[in-house]
Order: sequence, then C-alpha cells, then structure tokens
Amino acid sequence: MVQITRKAEFSASHFLRNPDWSDERNRETYGVEAQTHGHNWVLEVTVSGAVDPTHGMIIDLKELKEIMHERVVDVWDHRHLNHEAPPFNEINPTTENVAREIWNRLQPEVDRPGCRLHSIRLYETPDLYVDYSEAA
Amino acid sequence: MTRLTRRYPFSASHRLQVDALSAEENRELFGKCNNPYGHGHNYVLEVSVAGEAEPGFGMLIDRADLDQLVRNSVLADIDHRDMNADVPEFQDLNPTTENLALVIGRRLCRAWRRQYPASAVRLSRIRLEETGRNSFELQMENL
Repeated sequence: MVQITRKAEFSASHFLRNPDWSDERNRETYGVEAQTHGHNWVLEVTVSGAVDPTHGMIIDLKELKEIMHERVVDVWDHRHLNHEAPPFNEINPTTENVAREIWNRLQPEVDRPGCRLHSIRLYETPDLYVDYSEAA
Repeated sequence: MTRLTRRYPFSASHRLQVDALSAEENRELFGKCNNPYGHGHNYVLEVSVAGEAEPGFGMLIDRADLDQLVRNSVLADIDHRDMNADVPEFQDLNPTTENLALVIGRRLCRAWRRQYPASAVRLSRIRLEETGRNSFELQMENL
C-alpha cells in the first residue's frame, strides 16, 4: 500500500452562519468569522493503493490534478463560497464542512479498482487545518 | 472522521542535563545541548482534536476555546521561559523535546478532561517541532 498526496490552492471568501439561528446568536458564536472574509485555502488530497505493475503508479497524477481542479479549485477559486458555491448557500462553510464537501466531490471520481481516496487535508491558514477521511 | 489541527508557536530555552550523571558524562552524551547557560528554540506545538462536527455549530470545537485551553495549560508558563528553571515538571526531568511532548500531552489531557468531561470530540494527538527539521508526535490514547 502506497499513499501519494497532491496539493492545490484556491482563494475564496466565506462567512459562518447557521441559518436556523438569530443574527445575534451567530455573531456570538462565530465572532469575526460571521463577517465576510477570505483565505488562501491549501488543499492536500491523499490517495492510497497498490502501484500498478504496468505503469508504476497508483493514479495518473495529471488526472488527479484535473479532478481536483474540475471539481473544486476551478469552481471555487476567487469566489464567495456562501453566495456562489452550492451547497454552501445552505451548509455552513466551516473548514470542517468544506473538507467534507471536498471529500464528497472527489471520492466518486478518484475511487477505482486499486486506488482509493484516503484523506483530505484543508488548510484555512498555515496554522489551522482539518483532516477528513471515512473509515474504509 | 474529522480532525482539526491548530499550530501554536512558542519560544523557550532548555539545557539537556541528567543530574545522576557526571559533568563529563553529560557533556559526552548531550554535546552542545549541555552548554551551561542553555539555548533556545522556536518550537511549534500542533494540537489535534477529532470526532464529528456538531451539525448546528458545524465545527468540532470553537477555536478561541481551544486557544484558551492551550494558552492556560501549556503556553502560560513555558513560552519565553527557561524550562529547566521555570517549568515545575523539569525540576527533576531532562527537558528533551521527547519529555516536553509528554509533559505537554499530559497537561492537555488533564485540562481537556476538566473542560470537556462528556464531549464526544476527543483530544487526538500532538506534534511538537523543536526546529524545522525535528518533530515529535504523540497519540493521546497512548498517554
């Protein structure tokens, strides 16, 4: 079993808000995070699998890059997540929830015989990151 | 499983020295790390908590609460200190970064249990960088 990690970056804004709560409770809970602000998000996608004996790879990294760009980076880069990137019009775009959404978008495209999506690491800032994975 | 990690830089001084050994043995074992007045590092502590984000809140933990817990239980008496002189645990323990990771891990576990006695979210690991080329990792369930 080998793991390989590919990295990409996107810049996007968001604010944190639970739509079921009052403005006041949202402000109390999320503080400045309740106001629109942005981050340079850094995404690390790790896949695991067996090295294919014919081509010597787990997955073609160019293909992995294309999946990451098509499903995440190109659609979210320089966008406001709450306003322009469903499901974040309905789901609160905390870093935890953004990491899970990335997993949901990538897993069907990445998983194939011999290769599985292993984990997502999403940096909101260099000092805060979330790892997301689903037990196999 | 979702795991959130926060990084906390701090600066501290230490001198590696085992009192049970002779001055010569200490010098031989620890080299320049045994120099008499100690030396310092820019450490980085990573603290990870794991579980599932509570749906309404959307987060595993409030970042400010985690910051406060780490500040009160670890950084308050370690950051910008001489660890041999100022940190109680190192009065009779060699402040290697392995031991520092254990001291920090135990302090955080105690503080976590006090603050979140019934939480489904758990303290899952720490990672401690002594320099950019040196790091130590501790799984909390092994403490």
